[in-house]
Amino acid sequence: MTSIAPARAEDRPLLYLDGVSVSFDGFRAINNLSLYLEKGEMRAIIGPNGAGKTTMMDIITGKTRPDRGDVFFNGTIDLTQHDEPAIATFGIGRKFQKPTVFESHTVEDNLLLAMKGKRSVVAQFFHVSSRHEREALDGILETIRLTGRRADQAANLSHGQKQWLEIGMLLAQDPKLLLIDEPVAGMTDAETEETVRLLKEIARDHSVIVVEHDMHFVRELGVKVTCLHEGSVLSEGTLDHVSNDSRVIEVYLGR
Amino acid sequence: MISQALLRGLNGKAMWVVALLVAAAILVPASNLLLPAGHPLRVPNYLVPLMGKYLCYAMLALALDLVWGYCGILSLGHGAFFALGGYAMGMYLMRQIGDRGVYGNPDLPDFMVFLNWDALPWYWQGFDMFWFAMLMVMVVPGLLAFVFGWFAFRSRVTGVYLSIITQAMTYALLLAFFRNDMGFGGNNGLTDFKDILGASVQAGGTRAALFAASALMLAAAFVVCSAIVNSKLGKLMIAVRDAESRTRFLGFRPEYVKLFAFVVSAVIAGIAGALYVPQVGIINPGEFAPANSIEVVIWAAVGGRGSLIGPIIGAILVNVMKSYFTVAYPNLWLFALGGMFVFVTLFMPKGIVGFLSGRRWPGRPARTTTDAGLDTAKPSPAE
Repeated sequence: MTSIAPARAEDRPLLYLDGVSVSFDGFRAINNLSLYLEKGEMRAIIGPNGAGKTTMMDIITGKTRPDRGDVFFNGTIDLTQHDEPAIATFGIGRKFQKPTVFESHTVEDNLLLAMKGKRSVVAQFFHVSSRHEREALDGILETIRLTGRRADQAANLSHGQKQWLEIGMLLAQDPKLLLIDEPVAGMTDAETEETVRLLKEIARDHSVIVVEHDMHFVRELGVKVTCLHEGSVLSEGTLDHVSNDSRVIEVYLGR
Repeated sequence: MISQALLRGLNGKAMWVVALLVAAAILVPASNLLLPAGHPLRVPNYLVPLMGKYLCYAMLALALDLVWGYCGILSLGHGAFFALGGYAMGMYLMRQIGDRGVYGNPDLPDFMVFLNWDALPWYWQGFDMFWFAMLMVMVVPGLLAFVFGWFAFRSRVTGVYLSIITQAMTYALLLAFFRNDMGFGGNNGLTDFKDILGASVQAGGTRAALFAASALMLAAAFVVCSAIVNSKLGKLMIAVRDAESRTRFLGFRPEYVKLFAFVVSAVIAGIAGALYVPQVGIINPGEFAPANSIEVVIWAAVGGRGSLIGPIIGAILVNVMKSYFTVAYPNLWLFALGGMFVFVTLFMPKGIVGFLSGRRWPGRPARTTTDAGLDTAKPSPAE
């Protein structure tokens, strides 16, 4: 198999997927997928339903184990050998397609739970919030514009606010790589604008992969785009390059 | 560090509960022992062990609520931990009988003589010492919960399936303890106790002391549970209850969170069982019956799960009603119990405590509450 990826582990990019395949009951969800993400890069992933976008995230975060292929993080960490909590601890955070926050907790407690720190049961029992932690929490609340709702139950937030809270939880985790699945689904135009601003701010000091269907939003982000189709990369490059690719128009954008 | 964490358990509400239980631990024995018979304020003799029994049930319901209300583990086998604690205490009490049994054998309990055993089995060794028996009261249920939880939670068994295997666990123990060969008195269990720590279990003073011990242990268990649920661990437990798989992506291991709660809960249930046995005077395999464990779930549901005070109120209330009904209308009790469960499920899904605290009090804004904890038995679609 020909591969443009560097052979030496330390030269690998931050995220390195090479020749990854996975099947569910004979259906090839991911088919010989190769994708490389440099440190500090933000990448948008587009593609029709069933293209394997969410499955790819499942593989990176340890929820699904690939049948074949290499998945390396930070050069040397073989992600196929670890489970979800371990991978989260390495510094990969994930926002789900459907906003998944802890509904019966307050906004503040949601962030507190996500806050970077020890993860053992004993450490949680003896945990006392430090001043540093409280300041970080205030900062995140400011960033995601939920300061006024910090004591409200997450269940009572609007859909868009839940999306932001989940992004805020990602920030609290302070991962090296953020995987963000459909951040603007169900958002108003104003909220979408706001989210673009938020993601650009995050991308300044994090590596980010964003999966999104909203082409307007992807254009606003102005980053390199990868189009997936039937579990492998169909086209990659600037949005203009990808959206003028005849195969992409064929399967995804429509004529 | 530990004292600091425990102090967190003594917040405003917990202080009231502890104060109330300590007051009961002093006043009930004092009234029973010091006031002359016939005095209107005297707690009658029969009522002391009965109330002590209610407090043991309350402790069991509290233990269940720690895993059900806060961690989403609907255990239908918590009676097993209670019974194991009870058996450990029963074994100590059997050894205290000495040669005063029917057969007068100084080394063997009556049922072993009856079975023609000539020596004490290895697992009965040490139970003549109070400290060892008390250790076993906590270790045996805790160990069972640890082994059971280790396999169940690591295999990611949740929801209804977990409930069913907890039920199977208590049923298996029921069958095992029925066997004479097990060496726990078979069908008859352990009974005819004489002394506890040198004092007659029948004596008024002992009964009063056992009541006080039950109230104080319930208070201690309440403080421990309160310290847990008011810590960040408590918040994490609720997060695991509501969205277990989400916590994994934050780097937590929910199986260990559940394992911790399950073991703590089993130990509390074991202590409750140990206090129960000398007050009722018998422990037999019937305590393992699945129906008993289901009844505990009803107590917690009636009182209000997801609060620590709810299951205590529920256990006491339902058992007071049970005491009344089984005397006044013995045939109607199970209908009343079932009816109560249906009523609470339909009209007070958060139990009595949830119903009261959800009401709008004058001068206080209405609390917004969600039903996030209600579908605990439903397997999460994310699994």
